[in-house]
Amino acid sequence: MSDSLTVKSTRRHRQLHPIAVRTMHWINAIAMIMLIGSGWKIYNDEVLFGWLHFPDWMTFGHWAQHGLQIHFAAMWLLFINGLCYVVYGFYTGRFRRKLIPISVSEIIGNVRDALRFKLAHDDITHYNAVQKTLYVGIMLVIVVQVLSGLAIWKPVQFQELTALFYGFQGGRLAHFIGMTAIVGFLVIHVALALLVPKTIGAMITGGPDVPDDSGAVPHPAPAE
Amino acid sequence: MASPSRSIFRPKGGIDQSPLDHGRKLVADINRRNLLRGTVSLGALTMLTGCTVSDTDSVQTVLRAVSDFNDGVQALLFDPHKLAPTYSVDQVVKPPRFNAYYEIEDVKPVDGAKWKLELAGLIDNKSPWTAAQIYSLPEQEIIVRHICVEGWDYIGQWSGPSLSDFLKRIGADTRAKYISFKCADGYTETLDMATALHPQTILATKYAREPITDPFGFPLRLRTSTKLGFKNAKWITAMEVTNTFQETYWSKQGFNWFAGL
Repeated sequence: MSDSLTVKSTRRHRQLHPIAVRTMHWINAIAMIMLIGSGWKIYNDEVLFGWLHFPDWMTFGHWAQHGLQIHFAAMWLLFINGLCYVVYGFYTGRFRRKLIPISVSEIIGNVRDALRFKLAHDDITHYNAVQKTLYVGIMLVIVVQVLSGLAIWKPVQFQELTALFYGFQGGRLAHFIGMTAIVGFLVIHVALALLVPKTIGAMITGGPDVPDDSGAVPHPAPAE
Repeated sequence: MASPSRSIFRPKGGIDQSPLDHGRKLVADINRRNLLRGTVSLGALTMLTGCTVSDTDSVQTVLRAVSDFNDGVQALLFDPHKLAPTYSVDQVVKPPRFNAYYEIEDVKPVDGAKWKLELAGLIDNKSPWTAAQIYSLPEQEIIVRHICVEGWDYIGQWSGPSLSDFLKRIGADTRAKYISFKCADGYTETLDMATALHPQTILATKYAREPITDPFGFPLRLRTSTKLGFKNAKWITAMEVTNTFQETYWSKQGFNWFAGL
């Protein structure tokens, strides 16, 4: 490869959701749905709350062991895909471009607009402060969910981690609360996407072009 | 349809339609279930292209292959020197919680006087052991958390000969891969050698310093701190040291074999 590769000064454009993002989004969606449905099956075998059993038709897997099989297969899908996403997000600068900064006053303004049904969503290439908060929040929730999952999967090998969740039952409860947060996000996320259907189209076809001002990919400097 | 003639077999108010409504709901449920099952298969498809969505055998093949892969991952994560947390005597739950593939009323007690532990496989001295002989061996006590695959747990106080000491005593080849157990109720279980040699793996004869009672495995059961509850075989009657992997009661039904904590 030439060591004197030059970058043209004309601004490059990229799609709102490059193919990598779209692929990872939908793999994540499949993995998450598999994990939630099979997790409900596993939960039903020994409920945390006497009043809460998930109806059988909502759960994945015929018996508990099939729920466990699905859960411990989908965890790899979520984990590997999630790892790729985080590396991609930092490396390409997508996280920096799309998710920060988040201003508190803007969040308040967004909520006020939303309650008056005046929240603008003409420009889907720009996330408002509430969206940024939800996207950053759900990523953190998923990270904690992976950790609480590890804590209850390996309470001896990872006993220090399990101790952080106040033991095995504490880890189970944390994993349940994490699931609740994820399902809550999913409901809002899907509902809002249905309200602005072009966002769904964008996550399938890539959406409009946006200027590529990432700067994260190092421009090769000519060797002198 | 012809108008219904008056008959004592025909209720005056017409036929009760409610069972049909009930059936309708069932049919809807089944449809939904199939839809969801299809979604699961679709997820599994991402791991194996070329299997039809409805082919649940193929899905099972994939899921069991991943489960086998997870056995390997867990064996790598297993640190033979890492001890499980231990607890104090006042945290011990008495009696322990019962669990088997049948109810506690159906436990068939083992006659300790007639009982023998048979030995097989890669062992120098295969003479069977009586309960009296095993109960006279030096004991080790562990107060550890029992964690069931279902999600419940309790702290138990178990004592009995250390399995690794017992294996040395009978001249077992500890380079072998597995130890298989057969139980009086037909249950089977297989441990990897690393777990068998773990310092918190014992052949338990006592609970809370009293001989274990019938529902909990009298006269001999396994108790290891590094596996899920179901790996701790009760009412053991035979033990084999082997390099041949043998599926177990629960692994045959799709539960993960390694089941390490």
